[in-house]
Amino acid sequence: MSTTRRIADRPLVALAMALSVFGIAMVYSAGQTDVPTLVARLYKMQILWFVIGVSAAYAISRASVRFLDWVTVPAYALSCALLLLLLFVGAGAGTAASTKSWLAIGGVRLGQPSELAKIAVVLMLARILAERKEEPKSFIDLWRPALAVFVPWALIMRQPDLGTGIVFIGIFFAMLFWSGASWQLLVLVASPVVSLILAFSTGLWGAWFLVLIALVLWYRPYLVEGVAIVLANVVTGVVAPVLWDQLNPYQQKRLLVFLDPSTDPRASGYHVIQSQVAIGSGGWIGKGFTLGSQKRLAFLPAQHTDFIFPVVGEELGFIGVSIALALFLFLLLRSVRIAARSPDPFPSLVAFGLASAWFVHIIVNVGMTLNLMPITGIPLPFFSYGGSFMLSCWLAVGILVRISSEGRGPADMLVI
Amino acid sequence: MSFHPNEMQRRARLASALLFLAFVFLAGSFFRTQVLQHAQYVLQSEENRLREVPLPAPRGVIYDRNGQIIAENLPGYSVSLLAPGVDSLRAALRRLAGTIALSPEQINQAIRRFRRAPNRPAVIFPEASFDVVSVLEEHRVEFPGLIIQSSPKRYYPDGPAMAAFIGYVGEVNEAELASAAFRGYKAGQQVGKDGLERQYESQLRGREGTRFVEVDARGRVVREAGARQDLLPEPAAPLYTNIDLDLQKFVVALFGDSLIGGVVAMDPKTGEVLALHSAPTFDPNRFIGGIPFEYWRALTEDQRRPLYNKAIKGAYAPGSTWKLATTVLALQGGVATLDDHMPVACTGGYQYGDRRFKCWDKKGHGSLTLAQAIEASCDVYFYQLGLKIGLSRLVAGGVDLGARERTGIDLPAETRPSFPSAPATDYYNRRFGPRGWSNAVSLNLAIGQGENAQTVVNMARFYSALATDGQAAQPRIVRGQPQRLTLFKLDEEQLTGVKKALAGVVQRGTAAASQIRGVMLAGKTGTAQSGKFRGSSELNHAWFVGFAPANDAKIVVAVMLEFGGHGTRAAHIASKIIEHYLKVQTTQVLNTEGD
Repeated sequence: MSTTRRIADRPLVALAMALSVFGIAMVYSAGQTDVPTLVARLYKMQILWFVIGVSAAYAISRASVRFLDWVTVPAYALSCALLLLLLFVGAGAGTAASTKSWLAIGGVRLGQPSELAKIAVVLMLARILAERKEEPKSFIDLWRPALAVFVPWALIMRQPDLGTGIVFIGIFFAMLFWSGASWQLLVLVASPVVSLILAFSTGLWGAWFLVLIALVLWYRPYLVEGVAIVLANVVTGVVAPVLWDQLNPYQQKRLLVFLDPSTDPRASGYHVIQSQVAIGSGGWIGKGFTLGSQKRLAFLPAQHTDFIFPVVGEELGFIGVSIALALFLFLLLRSVRIAARSPDPFPSLVAFGLASAWFVHIIVNVGMTLNLMPITGIPLPFFSYGGSFMLSCWLAVGILVRISSEGRGPADMLVI
Repeated sequence: MSFHPNEMQRRARLASALLFLAFVFLAGSFFRTQVLQHAQYVLQSEENRLREVPLPAPRGVIYDRNGQIIAENLPGYSVSLLAPGVDSLRAALRRLAGTIALSPEQINQAIRRFRRAPNRPAVIFPEASFDVVSVLEEHRVEFPGLIIQSSPKRYYPDGPAMAAFIGYVGEVNEAELASAAFRGYKAGQQVGKDGLERQYESQLRGREGTRFVEVDARGRVVREAGARQDLLPEPAAPLYTNIDLDLQKFVVALFGDSLIGGVVAMDPKTGEVLALHSAPTFDPNRFIGGIPFEYWRALTEDQRRPLYNKAIKGAYAPGSTWKLATTVLALQGGVATLDDHMPVACTGGYQYGDRRFKCWDKKGHGSLTLAQAIEASCDVYFYQLGLKIGLSRLVAGGVDLGARERTGIDLPAETRPSFPSAPATDYYNRRFGPRGWSNAVSLNLAIGQGENAQTVVNMARFYSALATDGQAAQPRIVRGQPQRLTLFKLDEEQLTGVKKALAGVVQRGTAAASQIRGVMLAGKTGTAQSGKFRGSSELNHAWFVGFAPANDAKIVVAVMLEFGGHGTRAAHIASKIIEHYLKVQTTQVLNTEGD
């Protein structure tokens, strides 16, 4: 740890700053409706959280990677404890009123522990994967990382918060990939989930099964594992319809609407259709900042949180969307570069894990606004209104800055 | 080693490439939606934010033959409510009821209108009073979906004078909406309900315009103007009628409030209806925007039945006015000429079988020619003439003269006159049973009694044929091509003889009190039994159908006074009407008794 390397990763900070300013502007715009609502004032809160977030990022960038390593286990334990606690005292909020995502004391919502849990899980996974000096090669090698993700994941799915659950799975696979696991292993690990989805079409599921068998023969895992994987696929394929029945009707509806929004244009499909209308009507240059009619007239649902990106599309057009996407892309590429430059497995995995969490958020959130993804209440980093999320995003920036400063070679000014 | 820098570089490149592809895919999707499908989504976004508010078109102005207005439009207001669904509409109406008087019936009606046309604002008050509008304007902020807009209100400047034919307008009802005739109509629209308004609905309607208001996701009106260029309503073209407003008003004044009956005045050559009235009258203006209950009850409870159109709906025994039909049949069939006498002279009655049929004049008329019998309206002469023509020819000939047909006047719901159908024996067998009747029915038919009930307008039509050359003109209120139909064929001499005899009625005969100086009036009185009694004496309908000038008729008038007593009273009114129309003066002559 040399003192000369304590230089902030300026491109990363600049990108995060630009995204935050962009995002706050959009939160402001989201409040500019023809019939004023409480949302009109929220941008001030968002600025406050932005300031808090930047301060926290600065503070954490002063702490060394060793401190992160040290804090991993307590942070992970605290996260799991909070998530467990939520199942008993959790409160709903806004569009997710029926879920228990919020930690509230005396009716005052303090924040969403699942945001903290994302970082904690990244740290924990990094620590577990970094302890082995080799990449995981078999299922036996995977049980500890899998367990580390499974515990908070299961607690979050109990809230239920499908969106955050997806983020955890994304983090898990991304970090396995970064630890060097081969793609065949990743596919085999993912195979039961694929079976789960494809089970609704017998033909597709049969085809997948053949692919799976071929993969098992090629990768040659231990016999027990091979048999276990095939069995797991059979079981998930069989129980899929049962699981489907276990889903809440609104969850089923969301998935069906994803396949065809017009089946329910007034209720569940409404969000997707209105979102697409807002984005599509923006055209090249948009209707002008704060002037989007879909937004002004409140046709967009949750336009300051989950559906903030359609506001960008409607008011700033394809140009604005491209700028936002480019900023996100550069942020992620920069983060990957930080991970690659890191000399030690732990910080490298942390950097990649944080980047992958952002990536899942961006892809799922932006994708759902165009019906490329099913609607899961998952916010857009730096854009969606929400204190804990702004804070956790900037905490991640702070961690990345620190890892970057301890990286190999100069922290060059190039973005990628 | 999995964390060897080279390995890391390789994975970083792979990850970067995947990232790049994912973002290119996203950007491509946005390009497709925002640029390629832009037009489609702009359209949807417009549909989202705009609601169409119908702008009613002003109905066509109706003019009389001299360009005077008989129906026009005044500025009015309608109040409606935009709502995204029934529940929110109901809630808004309930709140509205706290501000203005709104009956549960009005609330239900508004909801029914909304269910019928959910994309249109639900009309609450089709014709809102200025009071209601000003109260609502004051509370406008509290009702975001409220739409107050001008909607032309129908007005008849001489309402009570027009009641018999103008009709009125009202909101299209559910039965009408369900019928094929009203396809394309939407709940809340105004339609013609009766009379000309209904008959010429398609011409008077105009084309509805559209105003676009901007609403938010909850259906609240955010901007009322300028959201998009309004489509202006197209007013309907004016409707020109044959009515002579001056004459019409004169007729109505003549009837005043005391007489009951119906009048049709028309040009015998063209069928142009100059005046049409049914007394007592009512004010159609009060029917606009919902008939006040009290007014409606007063009208329906009035014994004189103001809502019953006595000119086109009422059918009455034509009495002696029908003797001209008998005359025409006799002349046409060569049964008698105008100079022929009947075998039995009139001694105040006629013995047929075991029954004595009275003449109206107990003193008797003596032996008369047909022309004289018309002048004196001698029943005994016509009993014998009827017998001579024979029942089957009396009936078949009557049918040919249009005794069973509507005139086809351009008004809805004209009554079909009733008269026996040919062949006569079948008709009477059906009606009374094969042994239930005798040939005596011919006697009654010949003098316009019995199974014969004619509308005033149909009598005017028949006399238009007498006034001209045997061709009857179809009565028409609205200007158009005259339609004439040959009712009978008489030679020139016979026609002149009939007209002379009818002129004699006014000069010397039963209507001698109603002469007009400087013009020869021809016509026939009638005093028809009504079947109603006051005490022991039967009430009679008084008829007069006539035309002037006798040799070149410009106007034919049919007057019927319900329970009006003697035909001379009707003759008096008819002559006044003709006098007024031809701008000449009546000669007052002593009244001679007669039928």
